[in-house]
Amino acid sequence: MAETTQLTRHIESYVDSSSTPTHQVASLDAIGVLIKTNALTLEALVRELDMYLTSTDAVIRSRGILLLAEVLTRIQSKPLNSETIHSLVGFFKEKMVDWKAVRGAILGCLALIRRKSVVGMVTGSDAKAIARSFLQNLQVQSLGQYDRKICFELLDYLLEHHADTVASLEEDLIFGTCEAIDLEKDPECLMFAFHIVDSLARLYPDPSGPLASFARDLFDILAPYFPIHFTHPTSGDTHVQRDDLSRTLMSAFSSTPLFEPFVIPLLLEKLSSSLQSAKIDSLKYLRVCSSKYGAERIAKYAGDIWSALKDTLYTYLGEPAFSSTLASIDGIDFPKDEIVIEALSLLQQLVVQNSGQLVTLIVDDEDVNFIINTIASYEMYDTISVQEKKKLHAIGRILYITAKTSIPSCNALFQSLFLRMMDNLGFSVSNVDGLQSGGIFDSQRVKFGFLYICIELLAGCRELVILSEEKQGTYCTILHSFSNVLFNAFGSVLAVSADRCPFDPDIYIGVKGLQILAMFHLDVFPIPKSTFENILKKFMSIIIDDFNKTVLWNATLKALFHIGSFVQNISESEKAMSYRSFVVDKTMELLSLHDIALPFSLKVEALSDIGMTGMKNMLTILQGLEGTVFANLSEACRNLTSSEIAVQLLECYSCKLLPWVNENGGAEEFVVQFAVEIWSQAGNSMDSNAPSEEKGLLDAMMKAMKVSVGCCSVESQNVIIQKAYSMLSTHTSFQLNDVERLPLTFGKYDISPRDEGILLLFTSVIIALRPKTHIPNIRGLLHLFILTLLRGVVPVAQALGSMFNKLISKSSVVEKSGELTLEEALDVIFNTKIVFSCNNMLQRCNGSSNGSEMALTDLCLSITNDRSLQTNAICGLSWIGKGLLLRGHEKIKDITMIFIECLISDTKISLPLIEGSHENNEEQKWDPLARKCAAEAFHVLMSDAEVCLNKKFHATIRPLYKQRFFSSMMPIFQQLISRSDSSLSRCLLLRAFAHVMSDTPLIVILNEAKKLIPILLDCLSMLTKDIQDKDILYGLLLVLSGMLTEKNGQEAVIENAHIIINCLIKLVDYPHKTLVRETAIQCLVALSELPHARIYPLRTQVLRALPKCLDDTKRSVRHEAVKCRQAWASIASSRSIRF
Amino acid sequence: MVTGLINANPIIYEKKQRQQRSTQSLQGDEYTVEPIDHLEVFDILFANFHFCFAFTFIGYRDIKDPEHPYSLEELKVITEEAVEVNDQNSYVRVTFTPTVEHCSMATIIGLCLRVKLLRSLPSRYKVDIRVAPGSHATEAAVNKQLNDKERVAAALENPNLVDMVDECLAPSYE
Repeated sequence: MAETTQLTRHIESYVDSSSTPTHQVASLDAIGVLIKTNALTLEALVRELDMYLTSTDAVIRSRGILLLAEVLTRIQSKPLNSETIHSLVGFFKEKMVDWKAVRGAILGCLALIRRKSVVGMVTGSDAKAIARSFLQNLQVQSLGQYDRKICFELLDYLLEHHADTVASLEEDLIFGTCEAIDLEKDPECLMFAFHIVDSLARLYPDPSGPLASFARDLFDILAPYFPIHFTHPTSGDTHVQRDDLSRTLMSAFSSTPLFEPFVIPLLLEKLSSSLQSAKIDSLKYLRVCSSKYGAERIAKYAGDIWSALKDTLYTYLGEPAFSSTLASIDGIDFPKDEIVIEALSLLQQLVVQNSGQLVTLIVDDEDVNFIINTIASYEMYDTISVQEKKKLHAIGRILYITAKTSIPSCNALFQSLFLRMMDNLGFSVSNVDGLQSGGIFDSQRVKFGFLYICIELLAGCRELVILSEEKQGTYCTILHSFSNVLFNAFGSVLAVSADRCPFDPDIYIGVKGLQILAMFHLDVFPIPKSTFENILKKFMSIIIDDFNKTVLWNATLKALFHIGSFVQNISESEKAMSYRSFVVDKTMELLSLHDIALPFSLKVEALSDIGMTGMKNMLTILQGLEGTVFANLSEACRNLTSSEIAVQLLECYSCKLLPWVNENGGAEEFVVQFAVEIWSQAGNSMDSNAPSEEKGLLDAMMKAMKVSVGCCSVESQNVIIQKAYSMLSTHTSFQLNDVERLPLTFGKYDISPRDEGILLLFTSVIIALRPKTHIPNIRGLLHLFILTLLRGVVPVAQALGSMFNKLISKSSVVEKSGELTLEEALDVIFNTKIVFSCNNMLQRCNGSSNGSEMALTDLCLSITNDRSLQTNAICGLSWIGKGLLLRGHEKIKDITMIFIECLISDTKISLPLIEGSHENNEEQKWDPLARKCAAEAFHVLMSDAEVCLNKKFHATIRPLYKQRFFSSMMPIFQQLISRSDSSLSRCLLLRAFAHVMSDTPLIVILNEAKKLIPILLDCLSMLTKDIQDKDILYGLLLVLSGMLTEKNGQEAVIENAHIIINCLIKLVDYPHKTLVRETAIQCLVALSELPHARIYPLRTQVLRALPKCLDDTKRSVRHEAVKCRQAWASIASSRSIRF
Repeated sequence: MVTGLINANPIIYEKKQRQQRSTQSLQGDEYTVEPIDHLEVFDILFANFHFCFAFTFIGYRDIKDPEHPYSLEELKVITEEAVEVNDQNSYVRVTFTPTVEHCSMATIIGLCLRVKLLRSLPSRYKVDIRVAPGSHATEAAVNKQLNDKERVAAALENPNLVDMVDECLAPSYE
């Protein structure tokens, strides 16, 4: 009983039109759940609803019926027996007459008809009954949008899933459908309407069937929608896109061949429209329709379509890109244009379908013939008139597509056009043999147009060979007999002589032609091996001799690269062999030949490009490179040129070859061997006494070493580090094994240049190691690094940072492995005392140390006689700090506190955050340079380093570490800056904070904008003083401009508008960096968008500052100034000529 | 006031491809001076502010007639070659060509050009605005009027005129 009252309440709440929609939905759901859980039967519900369903009040009746329909929608998956379904169908079908309750009726039918067979579905006769009632009773176009949509859904579903039964309705169905969809305008409904037409056409495929007489009417309804055009492209509530609609309409158009007499003329007419989308759609529809309608029906339109296509290509095909940089491997490069792409794919479709007809059209076309006949007059690209160029390009493309589409079409083109072209040029099949053997081709007779058309034909033909199974054909035979002629023709374009200097397009065409010739698949046919080899020889001779023709040289190298990758990829034994002997080996020889004029840098370029064609070639190249590098390295100390050669080769190795090897994998052994070999040679090559000349070589070696180690696996890295370590311990005077036992003594040894070189090379290994790699004698190295660090060797500091970043921490060590843990290493940094042999070096120091020994961290805070000692210590500590910061270690806090203490060391604020701050600071004289170094340390901490501690060198990087660091540092800096009473330390604090801010992601800064703006402005005005700060100034200005443009920051900006403007006005004539001035003015423009009341008082000030920017030395600044002035002048209420 | 159009069907010319500046300013030459040249002045007049399309149409309400969205550049009223600049002597001369001989808008065009340049060039510049020789019926009078600073100042004290000039110079943000 309780349930019944509950049910009544739900029903009442749904039927009641005054309750809110959410309530109604809730009660519907509740009823649905009741039925699903079998707490209520459907019969009981119907009985309960009885009076609502039959009420004479139209509102209540319609709500009641809708309720039943909605409940049925919700219980789609609940099994129902066939009688229930049958009676429900009967009920809803009847209710379609009742136009006031029609929504419920349709929805009910839809819910029933969508049921799957396992849960009881509507029978065929019931479906037919629904369809009949639908067609008799519903006036779809007089209903609202939602009702129309469900009507269409119902009809669509009936046609799709009950096709067999509704098909017998024949004319009624077709007529009813026409009536329903006529003049529909809503995109969502149209999606269904188009699909309905599609289904309908599939229902009656018979050309003499019932649809035949209605085809015209049905098409007349569809035709006005083409081409689909949205006037409101982004209306919020409809999810239908233009493309979806267009696609559905296309399938409706192409659904039946009965539409053919109407569709094709319409499409051809619309193709001549000036609307871009109409053109694209017409071409697309034509393609799909032709494939659906079949060759026979399209045959009568072929001529019209062909001429329309030709016109489209003339108009829309752009100028080809004659440049070797973006050359694709097939055909000639044209700018991508959707119309052209569609037109060409239509052409391809037609060639496939109506092959013979199309080929005849093309071969007999007067434009094609005109081009073929006048080809002889085109001698060079630049002599062709614009109109003829367009024709040439379009015809070229057409021939390309036709040739590549099918063997018969390709045969036909070669037999007619190609042979005719050859005849025109004086090579007929009869005299071809003579030319073959003679091989002399007069360069005067080279015709650009001929070569151009040849390239397009050859490219098409080449693709055909790749795609088709059958490799033989007439075209192959023809090509085979002309291969030498073609080779000579293309080759002669490239002949550079004193009296003849070809233009870029001609060169491009020549190189491209040879390249395509070389890239035919088979070894002997259609292009014989001898021609292939001749092409390679020709290219190599250009590489060696014509290096001063940059365009030609580059294009040739690119072509060689493409050919190389091609023969590698398809593993063609013979061609690959020829390539190796003619190109790869030849390039290798270049390295050792000193008497040829080719500059060394070009040799290296050729080397790397040829190497990148495939792994096998790469290995050969690498081997050769290795030999040359080491031969030159051993000479390097005596011979300056060898040193330069070694530098270039090493650069090429680390910048080009190694990344390629890394990407393609498989050459790791070589990389390891190379790295080890560098180590073996290192001892010899460091002997020189002229370090300034050696600097470049050493840098190149370090870089190569770093990159090689970086791309090795852990095992290989172990091999390299072992080798490196043994070199370090045997070839230098560092006593690595003693260093652990003895106290750390500074100044114990002077580092010789040779030792320093080896040490630097060693650091580059350390920097690139993976975290898992085992480093021998870490403790010893740590001590060595600390000592050398104090000598000011920066890479050592970076290596230390990397070590700290990657060392395993104590918590994660499972067993006692004897390896140094992160905690122990930190202990060394913070607590191990360094002994200074000469006491007077240290004036005084803090804490318990006795003046002659102190830990590294204390050194940063002490007073020394040797200012470089302290700066070096700070610099070293900053890299260590960076390592820790990246992995998110807590010790970074202590390190930053040391830096901060440095910064504020002359103020009397005691920092509560640092324990044991020293009391007698005020009498000390701190070296400002060291303190500035501490400020720079924040730059090291926050910036992304190129040389170490990044992804490439396997650094451990904790996500969002910058954000975390910023949020922990911001309150400290804020407090210190506001309380600082000495101008110097305030300056330094601002500088340090400027580094932090400019490297923090903007999103974090924006959250704190309100607090940051005053500090930021202080930083800006402080940084204008020194020219050396221009980069950080710019970085900071970008932060400010970020705040101005982002929504989040604007509130804070509005509050501080006047001080921001004051600050920016000072920056608009900052003399040392153009970008600073430009950005400052852009910021001013952004400020002019703020609320009028806030900025109006400031306008005179801005406008007074701007005239001097109008006279700036840089154009870009003046440009911005003009914009800014306009923006601010329009704020002024009454404008005068001055503003 | 005349309500019709003076030149209802003006000839529209294709916009000329802007010639690219040969050298982009490099980072290295922070302190080298890039003098103001005629391209820059031309850009001031057109690139930033695609101004006043409908000068050939009379009547204030027609000035931004969307049916005729042509700029002075497309009507070839001003071309790149018609701008002469001498940065050292701080001198600019702009020569414009009204579309028809009796164009009563010639003085307004001239005034707009002058105001635009006054607002956008450094104050050291002397601006000279002229009608192309032989292109206007009352050439001498127009030239005299445009280069008389008293008359220009007076014109700009007329609020209607100033509003109109401003509207013409408003950026169109293409």
